[in-house]
Amino acid sequence: MNKIWLIIKREFTTRVRKRSFLVVTLLVPLFFAAMIVIPILIATNSKDEKRIAVIDESHLFLNRFPDNKGVYYKYLENISVDTFRHTYKEYGYSGLLYIPRLDINRPSGITYYSDAQPGIATESRLNRHVNDLIEEERMKQANIDVEKVHAFKSDINIDFQTGEEGKKGNSAVAYGVGYASGFIIYIILMFFGMSVMRGVMEEKVSRIAEVMISSVKPFQLMMGKIIGIAGVGLLQFLIWVVLIIGVQLLLPLFFSADSISSLQEGGMQSAGNAAAIEAMEKISFVLGSINWTVIITCFIFYFLGGYLFYSALFAAVGSLVNEDPSDAQALTFPITLPIIIGIMVMISAVQNPTSSLAVWGSIIPFTSPMVMMARLPYGVPGTVPYWQLGLSISLLILGFLATTWLAGKIYRTGILMYGKKITWKEAIRWIGRKS
Amino acid sequence: MPKAKAIFLSSFPAPLLISCAFFIYIYSMNLIEVKNLRKDYATHKAVDDISFVIPQGSIFGLLGPNGAGKTTLLRMITGIFYPDQGEILFKGRPFDSHTDIHAIGYMPEERGLYKKMKVGEQALYLAQLKGLKEKEAREKIKYWFDKFEINSWWNKKVEELSKGMQQKVQFISTIMHNPDLLILDEPFSGLDPINSNLIKQEIFDLSRNGTTIIFSTHRMEQVEEICDRIILVNKGQKILDGEVKQIKQDFKQHVFRIGLGQQPNFAQVATHHFQIIKQQGADLTVKLADGSNTNDILKHFIGYNIPVTSFHEILPSINEVFIQQVQQTEPALQPATI
Repeated sequence: MNKIWLIIKREFTTRVRKRSFLVVTLLVPLFFAAMIVIPILIATNSKDEKRIAVIDESHLFLNRFPDNKGVYYKYLENISVDTFRHTYKEYGYSGLLYIPRLDINRPSGITYYSDAQPGIATESRLNRHVNDLIEEERMKQANIDVEKVHAFKSDINIDFQTGEEGKKGNSAVAYGVGYASGFIIYIILMFFGMSVMRGVMEEKVSRIAEVMISSVKPFQLMMGKIIGIAGVGLLQFLIWVVLIIGVQLLLPLFFSADSISSLQEGGMQSAGNAAAIEAMEKISFVLGSINWTVIITCFIFYFLGGYLFYSALFAAVGSLVNEDPSDAQALTFPITLPIIIGIMVMISAVQNPTSSLAVWGSIIPFTSPMVMMARLPYGVPGTVPYWQLGLSISLLILGFLATTWLAGKIYRTGILMYGKKITWKEAIRWIGRKS
Repeated sequence: MPKAKAIFLSSFPAPLLISCAFFIYIYSMNLIEVKNLRKDYATHKAVDDISFVIPQGSIFGLLGPNGAGKTTLLRMITGIFYPDQGEILFKGRPFDSHTDIHAIGYMPEERGLYKKMKVGEQALYLAQLKGLKEKEAREKIKYWFDKFEINSWWNKKVEELSKGMQQKVQFISTIMHNPDLLILDEPFSGLDPINSNLIKQEIFDLSRNGTTIIFSTHRMEQVEEICDRIILVNKGQKILDGEVKQIKQDFKQHVFRIGLGQQPNFAQVATHHFQIIKQQGADLTVKLADGSNTNDILKHFIGYNIPVTSFHEILPSINEVFIQQVQQTEPALQPATI
C-alpha cells in the first residue's frame, strides 16, 4: 500500500509541476471567462448611439419607428438613395434604411445599407418594426380596430409539470445541462485515458518499467498511475470550480450593473424592464427545477467510474505499444470506438431520454457515463427510475473492476514484451494465462 | 581427566556456540536454490528443467547466447515471472515477493530511468520503492553520490546526462538499499574503461561484504576475471555449471607449454608420450598422450639432457568452453554473439 502511494505521489507531482498543467488549468477558465466577458464588453462598447437614416418614399413610416435604447431614427426627405447610400457615413449615420414607394399588400424593395454587419438584434428589430407597421396599415385599410387586435393577443406559456410532486420542469434547461455534462465526461474519458496510455508507453519505451517491476507489482504500477492521473484531473476540476466561482463573484466589480443589465436587454429586446426581471426570475426558477445535488454527485461518480473503466484499458494498450507510436493508433481503436458510440447515443438520448436506446445506453457501462449524464437532468425518478440508476451504477462498478482486472493481466505481460509487434488477439490470450 | 573435560566444555558459553554454528550455517548455505524450473512461452520453451544453486556471497555468472533464456530465468528469480513448474528457494524458503523483493537489486540489460525526472528525486523514489524510509534513503544516496563524485548531478534531469553517466545513476539505484542479492545484466555495456573499472571494484567490494551477485553476460573475459561459479544455458537448457576453476580443469585438453634450454632436433621430440601442437624455437606446445603423465615428458627431455626452463599447463578459456559447448548442443548454428 505504501508503494502504491509512492507511485501515486510521483505520477501526481510530476504532472502537476509540468508547465502544461498550469497552462491548461488557467486557459480553460480563461476561455469560459472570455465567453462571459466578451459579450458584455461588446454590449458595453456598442452602447454608443446607433443613428439610422431613413429615406421613406412611401411616407407610411414617417416618425413612426420608436427610438429605443441608443438606436435613433432620422427621417430624411428629398434625398436620392442612390447618392446618399454612398455618403451616409459622412453625415455620421451607421446605416441607411430605404423604403421605396410601396403597395401595402405586396411590399418589396425595403433595403438597409450599412458598412458593417448590423447584427442579429438590429436586423430582427428592423424587421419587426417594419412588419408591425405594415400589419397596422393593412388593418387600417380593412377597417379593423388596431387597439382591439392588440387586446386579443395572447402570450401564454404552458406550465410543464413532471414527476409526481408536480415539480416544474423545463426541457431546454435539462437538454443544456445533460448535453454539457455528457460532453464533458466524453472529453475527460478521452483526455485522461490518453494521458494514462502515454504514461505507460513512456515507461515501457524508456525501459524504466523493468526496473520498476523489480520493486513493485505490475498491478501496483498500473493502479498508481491511474489513481495519480485521476488526482490530477480532480485537482484541475477543483481549481476550475474555484476560479469560475471567483470570476463570477468578481465580475460585478469590473462591470457596472448598468452594463450587465444592458446585456440582458439585448436578449430581451424591446421588452420592458419589468419583463426582463420576470424573465430572469423564470430562468432562475427553471434552473431550480434541476436537482443539482443529484446531478453533481452523479457527475463525480460517472466521471470517476467512467475514467476508471476506460483508463485501465488505455493502460493495457500503452503496454502493448513498442517503439513505434503509430502502433498506438491501431491498438486504441477498439477502445475509442465505444466512447465515440457513447457520445452518439448521448446526443440522441438528450433529445429523447426515455427511448430504449437511451435507457440501455445509460445502463451498459461502455456508454453509461456519458448517456446517463444526458438523461439525469430530466429528473430522477421521473425520467430515470431508481432501478435504472441503481443498475447503471452497479454495472459501472462491476465494469471497472472487470476492466482493471483484465487490463492488469495484459499490462503485466505487455510491459515487459519488447521488440515484437503485439496484436489484440495475442494480448487477449494472455488474459487466460494463470499467474 | 573426565572432570577437566567437563570444565573445558562448560567454559564455552552456550550462546556463543549456537551463534557460531548459526554463522557457519549462514555462510555455508545457498542463497538461491533453483529446482527443475520450467517456463513455456506460446512458441517455445524458454526455460526447460533447469536446476542450480548459488552459494551465499559468491559471484555467479549466468552465461548463454542471445535468446538462451537468461532474462526469463532472471525474471523468475526476481519474482517478476512465475515459473510454470519447479521452485526457487531464497534463503532456504520459497521466494516471497512481498518481503524478499527488498533483498534484491536488479539492473536489467535494458536499462531505463524516467527521463524528465531529476537525478536525485529519481534515486530517492527508487530507494523508497525498495522499502527505505525517506531519511535513510537520502543518507544512502548521499553516500553513494559522494563516492561516485556525482553530487552535482542531483538537480539535473536524466535526459541531460550521457549514457555512461545514466549508467552510474542506474547502478547506484540498484545497490543503495544494500541488497542481499544483486543481479547485474551486462553491467559494463556502454561504459568507458575508467567507469567499467569503478563498477568492477564496487562489485568486488560488495562481494567481500557478503552480497551475492548474479552476473549475466556474454563477455567471457569478464567472467573469468570476476566470477567464482558459472552456469551455461542454451535454448532454455543448462549445459554445464560449477566453479570456474573446476570447469577449466574439467575441460582441459592436457596441453602444456614447455620452455627448453636449447632447440630440440627432430629425433629428440619423437616419442609416444606427447605430440607437438606448436613449436617456436625452444618453446613447445604439446598435447599429452593418453596413458602418459607430465613426468614422462620431463623424463624424456632429461633423458636427452635438454634443460627444461619452464613447464606449465594450458587450461581452456571459458570462451573456448562456451563456444565448444554451445556448438555441441546446436552443431548447425554458430553461437549468436560472443
